[in-house]
Amino acid sequence: MNFNAILPLLVLASSLVPGMIIFFLPESRIRLRTTLNLTGAILKLLLIGYMLWGVQHDQSYVFRYNVLPDLELVFKADALALLFVTLSAALWFLTTLYAIGYLEGSPHRSRFFGFFSFCVTATVGVAMAGNLFTFFVFYELLTLSTYPLVVHRGTAAAIRAGNIYLVYTLAGGAVFLTGIVWLYGLLGQVEFTPGGVAATLGLEYTAQLQVIFLLLIAGLGVKAALVPLHGWLPQAMIAPAPVSALLHAVAVVKAGAFGIIRIVYEVYGIEFAQTLNLLMPLAIVASITIIWGSLRALWQDDLKRRLAYSTISQVSYIILGVTLFGPAGTIGGVVHLVHQGIMKITLFFCAGNYAETLGIHKISEMNGAGRRMPWTSIAFSVAAFGMMGAPLTAGYVSKLYLNQGAEMAEMAWVSWMLTASSLLNAAYFLPILYRLWFVNQPQKWLQERIRARGRWETHGLLLIPPVVTAVATLGAGIFADTGWSPLFWVKLIAEMEYLP
Amino acid sequence: MFDPVPWLILLPLVWGCLTFLTGVGRGGRLVLAGLIIQLVLTIILARQIVMEGARHYAVGGWGAPLGVDLYVDGLTGIMLLLTHVVALPLVVYARAYFSSQAEGASYFWPLTCFLLAAMNALFMSADIFNIYVTLELLGLAAVGLVAAAGSAGSVTAAIRYLLVTLLGSGAYLMGVALLYGTYGSVSLAVLEPLLATTEISAAACLAAMLMLAGLLLKTALFPFHFWLPPAHGGAPAPVSALLSALVIKASFYLILRLWFDLFAPLVTTQAAQLLGGLGAAAILWGSILAFNQTRLKMLVAYSTVAQIGYLFLLFPLMTSAIPGAAESAMQGGVMQLVAHALAKAAMFAAAGVMVLSAGKDDIALLGGMSSHLPLTLFTFALAGITLMGLPPSGGFIAKWLLIDSAVSGGQWGWVVVMILGGLLSAAYVFKVLRQAFLPPVAGIKFKPVIRMLEWPAFLLALISLLLGFRSVEVLNLLGAA
Repeated sequence: MNFNAILPLLVLASSLVPGMIIFFLPESRIRLRTTLNLTGAILKLLLIGYMLWGVQHDQSYVFRYNVLPDLELVFKADALALLFVTLSAALWFLTTLYAIGYLEGSPHRSRFFGFFSFCVTATVGVAMAGNLFTFFVFYELLTLSTYPLVVHRGTAAAIRAGNIYLVYTLAGGAVFLTGIVWLYGLLGQVEFTPGGVAATLGLEYTAQLQVIFLLLIAGLGVKAALVPLHGWLPQAMIAPAPVSALLHAVAVVKAGAFGIIRIVYEVYGIEFAQTLNLLMPLAIVASITIIWGSLRALWQDDLKRRLAYSTISQVSYIILGVTLFGPAGTIGGVVHLVHQGIMKITLFFCAGNYAETLGIHKISEMNGAGRRMPWTSIAFSVAAFGMMGAPLTAGYVSKLYLNQGAEMAEMAWVSWMLTASSLLNAAYFLPILYRLWFVNQPQKWLQERIRARGRWETHGLLLIPPVVTAVATLGAGIFADTGWSPLFWVKLIAEMEYLP
Repeated sequence: MFDPVPWLILLPLVWGCLTFLTGVGRGGRLVLAGLIIQLVLTIILARQIVMEGARHYAVGGWGAPLGVDLYVDGLTGIMLLLTHVVALPLVVYARAYFSSQAEGASYFWPLTCFLLAAMNALFMSADIFNIYVTLELLGLAAVGLVAAAGSAGSVTAAIRYLLVTLLGSGAYLMGVALLYGTYGSVSLAVLEPLLATTEISAAACLAAMLMLAGLLLKTALFPFHFWLPPAHGGAPAPVSALLSALVIKASFYLILRLWFDLFAPLVTTQAAQLLGGLGAAAILWGSILAFNQTRLKMLVAYSTVAQIGYLFLLFPLMTSAIPGAAESAMQGGVMQLVAHALAKAAMFAAAGVMVLSAGKDDIALLGGMSSHLPLTLFTFALAGITLMGLPPSGGFIAKWLLIDSAVSGGQWGWVVVMILGGLLSAAYVFKVLRQAFLPPVAGIKFKPVIRMLEWPAFLLALISLLLGFRSVEVLNLLGAA
């Protein structure tokens, strides 16, 4: 076995092995635990950097292992996989830093970081899965490894949220499994291939393929929080802030959205999916989700709940882009996978900072926080403008391509819907920004746990990650046309799908 | 060439007798050493089976029809290997368990050795009367182990278990008598061609029904499951683990053998559907009852009732005419058997540790367990993953194969049952796990437990989880003819 085949395994191991060791560390070994965490995260980034270079130079990284004589576990670091892997590894690194600061002095940290590492391993596995079976394996591992994080606080409310989370995700997983086994029965092994593999079956299987598509999308739609399968997401925000950040930006919802990308482009193939009339219903569901999430977000006073509904809405941009037939739609949808991730993680980091530093959980309590915590609030504002699609931010690029995609697919109603959604985004983000910057601060903060010291408005480890991701939000918007932007990479992927 | 076959029956009997000499409650080290030797022997045997295929062994040089025949093939190899892989960590566990809790320790070692001897003999027997003898020996050893705890509850459970096991083997013996009276032989090798070629007689049908009914009773298939939870839930933890993981699998193994070999000309599709239906009822009803339990060990015991149901789904799935569907049904069933044995042993062992530490068998008292016994809770969770059929466990591969078989054979009803069963098992597994994440109940003092109680259970759970990656080897052994 050559090095190129082992590389995907090493990427998995770089978070799995530290996670396993951390489980058995006593609570007091803080330094060793931090070292392990960061070594793993940095090692993963280095390995991925090497693979990114390699893929551009026509290297391929494929690992195969036979679980059963005709059932393979396949890891493949193709362009799409690397997009998601890079996103999750980079954000994992930042979230780990953030979590170390956030959880300082709280109990059960070994357990927390152990499952945290497992969660990232599962996400990376989902990203690099080379066929549906492998994808499912890691998709379920993701459910199992995030449950302990959701219930981490051990309060009655956390346990209840955990129950709801499990009911949704396990039921979704079961439906997904049925679809996968059925498709395997028809096709043999279903390996992800640009352009799709289902077309070989031909049109006499139309009805079966439509039902299978429904099963697969329903299973993935639970994690991607498609309405009406989204009920777990606002509940799950009870988890500690780093977990919410990771759940909303990278791990769970993205695994669902990424799965839908794989199903449409690399299992069914966009053209065959169009032939089977599968894209239009999915576009409608995604649009309903976009509007519904935004509307619900308007009425939430709890900051994290408002952000959670915003996630429901924003993740469906990805799915909408996928359903717009044509390269521009594809680019808009897939690039939003990255853009939404960096913007949403910024917002959740900031929400955690307000809660940890000043005890602010509600939007009505945020008056004047901008003066007390300028850096956090600037980061928050940048990400919020990104979400609205303001120019110079990553969100602008996504919306630009989505609108183009809607035009190319001749779906004018999608353009209208996108405009409406942008207005709604503004309607629920601008009042927050107004309170942050233009309303006077109260006499006394609710619960000022961390005092400002010189330049540091809060704990340094809490401040650096959101600032970095906010800069990335701007960078991805301003330097969108350079060779190092997510957009550039996504254009490569789109070329592969549409050029035969 | 060295032949391990007779030694696998003789050696455990020797250990059993020796442990009588070491004194009451002692001899654990001896059994441990003995089991290591036996494990090596089974590995040698399994290798021989893979290389050279199935074979007969004539005890004392006298083969059938005069003497007693033994027969080993791939399935036998799997069962023997499974028995020893499960039993070895459990022996380490039992040594630690009985050092902190003397109740039930008195005759544990000799009875366990006789239990293993009976099981090894049962797996290799090739005549139906010999099978009866091993069944009876197995049942008596198991009843003795249940009764050994000595409390009123466990004696009641043991007596009920005794009656059931006697009734089961009695029915089986009647069937044997009928077959012997009709065909004049008890050897499977002689009977099989006779049943296949001659016209089906009423006596043969009656015999088949009696023998299968007796075995179903012993396997505790719904609605014959009533005796299992008190017997398995009330015994000391190492005994519960042995019984739930291995003993019921022995009678299931016989059903599998008889159904597809000896009685293959007699059984009908309807009969297979009936068994499948009972299996489905067991999955659903057993899971619901498991969820409703307030005692941890009873929950685990009811989960056994449910998990046995999956094994019986393979009978209707095997009737499929689609090529490949029947094969994957058989493979899935055997994988489920192996995965469940490993996971259930781990789960009972973990439950035993938690009960020992909390001082009382009550799920409500488990709060705080996640920080007090993290490794044991992790063990319970890993075993739970196998029971739920989630990847990458052996249970997942089993479920994949079974669902694959059902989908390609167009038997959609069973798919629904399996999916529902998986979700229901998640409900009862997470009922325990989430309790463990809650803060401790006021006033409870957890007793510390020794390390050697936690690690063997963890090892078993880990094997059941990683089995998914080595399924090819298991299925290779199964396919060795």
